[in-house]
Amino acid sequence: MTERAIEDLLRELTPQVLGTLVRRHGQFEGCEDAVQEAVLAAAVQWPDEGVPDNPRGWLVTVASRRLIDQVRSDQARRERERATADEVAPEDVPDTDDTLVLLFLCCHPALTPASQTALTLRAVGGLTTAEIARAFLVPEATMAARISRAKQRIKAAGGTFRLPDGAEREERLRVVLHVLYLIFNEGYTASSGSALDRADLAREAIRLARMVHAQLPGDGEVTGLLALMLLTHARRAARTTAGGDLVPLDEQDRGRWDRGLIDEGMGLVKAALAGPALGPYQLQAAIAATHADAATAGETDWPQVHALYLILERIAPNPMVTLNRAIALAETRGPQAGLALLATLDGDERMAGHHRLLSVRAHLLEKAGDTEGAYAHYRRAAKGTASIAERRYLESRASRVKP
Amino acid sequence: MKFVISLHINPAVLDALTDEEKAAIGEGHGAFLDGLKKSGELITTQALADPSQAAVVSVRDGQPVVTDGPFLEAKEYLGGFYLIDCENKERAIELAARIPDAAIAGLGVEVRQVMFEDGLLEA
Repeated sequence: MTERAIEDLLRELTPQVLGTLVRRHGQFEGCEDAVQEAVLAAAVQWPDEGVPDNPRGWLVTVASRRLIDQVRSDQARRERERATADEVAPEDVPDTDDTLVLLFLCCHPALTPASQTALTLRAVGGLTTAEIARAFLVPEATMAARISRAKQRIKAAGGTFRLPDGAEREERLRVVLHVLYLIFNEGYTASSGSALDRADLAREAIRLARMVHAQLPGDGEVTGLLALMLLTHARRAARTTAGGDLVPLDEQDRGRWDRGLIDEGMGLVKAALAGPALGPYQLQAAIAATHADAATAGETDWPQVHALYLILERIAPNPMVTLNRAIALAETRGPQAGLALLATLDGDERMAGHHRLLSVRAHLLEKAGDTEGAYAHYRRAAKGTASIAERRYLESRASRVKP
Repeated sequence: MKFVISLHINPAVLDALTDEEKAAIGEGHGAFLDGLKKSGELITTQALADPSQAAVVSVRDGQPVVTDGPFLEAKEYLGGFYLIDCENKERAIELAARIPDAAIAGLGVEVRQVMFEDGLLEA
């Protein structure tokens, strides 16, 4: 087995092994550390010594031993340690899939999104602390502290290893999807750092979304999120030039879009839209699918894009959605109509001076022939963004329309 | 999101503080640093030597020219910074408000988002 294949296998087994351990011993915090150590040991040993016949059983055994070692080192818990040691039966590996239960626990509402993301990547994604730290461009010690704090918070908040019921379950699932969306976005927006690490995060988010989709194939929003990720990721190669400059959607070489991902995403969108209720991810996926459907930018079905944004705006009102609808409206009814819609956002505190509002207004002013206004807005938008690629793009737009 | 919280010090203001007040600032930074480490929000912090020890380097006609002392003739100088990674700007501001300097007139605490970085972390 290649190192890459071993890595994939370990990432797949991590949540299963962790689930087994937590079911057996409780104490998510200690089990999570023990599984991480077992996975690290496997990553060192397996490439040299070969993958054991029962890799999952191997990991459960090694992680259990680490857990016992941890408990043993705690003098005050001597009695409980014996009890734990007696309980271990490494051959008994139940065949339940605890991925969802773990995801729900890692996305506990007592945690900040940054902690939810980090813990999810480690406990469910099977990434090492060092890998997660690299992906988020922080030192390993920073990430280790964040993960450890997150586990303490879950414990303090009384988080337990079970699927929540009813409304709580539904609510927590939305948090899980949001965390996966954040992981994907972190990988998609190449704001800083090595592009390679970031693409890995997007792929990891897709892998986790696939896992959730496999568990809940009937949930339209899960399907919608997976579709949205696939359709967005399909454009990756066309999104930047070789020099790292951003290429806007209408100027992208659509021949470089990944057809395989698009076909899979389109299939999922159709399935999701056939469901009873529409959610924000399904609608965003449907919008991405409409763009993917157009062979050239000129063939884009803008009335449909606009209609979808209108529904999205109604079910999940958000100034960013209105902003995007303004672009679609400008394409169907002209730049003045788009600008009029943008004007409704001027009083919104969340958008005041936001570089996205400035850049969209610049774009629409340019379309309307107001080069002076477009220039001024592109310049202000360039100052407002914290992304170098975006700033370069906005500055080049400004130069293009400079009166 | 990454932010630099920069500390703008005024030597005259610092000199006018009592020993107790100076000690309280030191302890306040210690506690602040400790909290950042535990929460997983600290990337690094550096404090700079006195501005009088600075050297300004310029190149004129291809020749380096070095002058002693700080670049700006000002009352306030960059004294040090915290580089943090936190949820959003609101959180960065909330953290900055815990720095003892923020409560002392004449000392400045500034929050700015990071746009590009390299070299701090191994590849």
